[in-house]
Amino acid sequence: MKSVSAEEAVALIPNGASIMVGGFMGVGTPERLLDELVRQKKSGLSLISNDAATPGKGVGKLFEGGQVSNMIGTHIGLNPKAQQQMLGKQITVDLIPQGTFVERIRAGGCGLGGVLTPTGVGTLVEDGKQKIDVNGKSYLLETALRADFALVHAFLADYAGNLTYALTARNFNPVMAMAADTVIVTAEHIVPVGVIAPDHVVTPGPLVDYLVANG
Amino acid sequence: MDAQTIIARRVAKELRNGNLVNLGIGIPTLVANYVPEGLNVFFQSENGLIGTGPIPEQGMAHPLLTDAGGKPISALPGAATFDSAMSFGLIRGGHVDITVLGGLQVDGSGHLANWMIPGKMVPGMGGAMDLVSGAKRVIVAMQHAAKGKSKIVVKCNLPLTSARPIDLVVTDMAVIAFPGGKATLQETAPGVTVAEVLAVTEAELAIPDKVPEMNLS
Repeated sequence: MKSVSAEEAVALIPNGASIMVGGFMGVGTPERLLDELVRQKKSGLSLISNDAATPGKGVGKLFEGGQVSNMIGTHIGLNPKAQQQMLGKQITVDLIPQGTFVERIRAGGCGLGGVLTPTGVGTLVEDGKQKIDVNGKSYLLETALRADFALVHAFLADYAGNLTYALTARNFNPVMAMAADTVIVTAEHIVPVGVIAPDHVVTPGPLVDYLVANG
Repeated sequence: MDAQTIIARRVAKELRNGNLVNLGIGIPTLVANYVPEGLNVFFQSENGLIGTGPIPEQGMAHPLLTDAGGKPISALPGAATFDSAMSFGLIRGGHVDITVLGGLQVDGSGHLANWMIPGKMVPGMGGAMDLVSGAKRVIVAMQHAAKGKSKIVVKCNLPLTSARPIDLVVTDMAVIAFPGGKATLQETAPGVTVAEVLAVTEAELAIPDKVPEMNLS
């Protein structure tokens, strides 16, 4: 784990990279990294995020300057800009069920090829997917999802990179922290080793590549 | 009583002590206001919380404690938080006793369409497909008709949310269940006759000998 500034962290991300961004409607999103992605004008990004948040918040910021070329998510209904860009075919958006979204990422982080889920069987979601019967019940094969970078927001990070999360800001963050080649973390508070008890660590330090310094 | 209150009050009667319940946005959210006295019900918010409480008082909101729409909520004593994999494990894994969702259409065999109007409204399905596929009981809370057009249709022409039929639909006019895969009138709203329900129901509706009035006390 290396300590960096937000500017240095985002400089690592090339144009056209795939990024997984934690957060649910902008809650639990590493806002400072999003601000820096905007400032450094990173473009052609493949965004993997639950939703498009709202204009000016979280990943919503990336749609204002047209920095996203495609997105995989579950809901973009509260960001008119993202909707416009999708309907105007400036971006492609793959909308998938939320439980499937998180399991695909979990599979990507856990070395699995994918998961079998009953969600989406008999709906538009099954188009082009392999259907597999197990013990008389139908499932869709949903393949694993990984990214070049995961941008994660924690509540506490210690100097060793151990992370805990707060309340509903946890959401996709710990799952994404497993599923990218490079994991960049911001935290509300950076604390000495020992403040987070071993039993309370949610994301173990070795998963974190870069911790963004506060202040 | 307005349409939304009728629906929310009637759905609340379906809650049982100890139930784990997920409420969708819109009318379903109102159900939490009418939990019968003395009943202990756990509400899940799919962004990672069991034990959602009321909207916090002015100045008491925490930016990291929100509902699935990103709005501030509170957590009740005994609340638990978890990540999204756990949250949807609870949903898909059959641990949620009741899910209450809004609807665009419910058809005569109990299939639900509630996430997309092709070419018009394509917001994404969020958690709806997992909820309808995985919860033990699925209740749809919606107006009986929109702009004079029945939302209880013969067959959904909007994309389905799940191949699994729902258990119950509660509207401002009626309660309808689907025994044997056939829409059956269970109750009517106060002051509404069976004939009035039939007049605004496109789907074929089985009518039992006795159709009681909704209890909204």
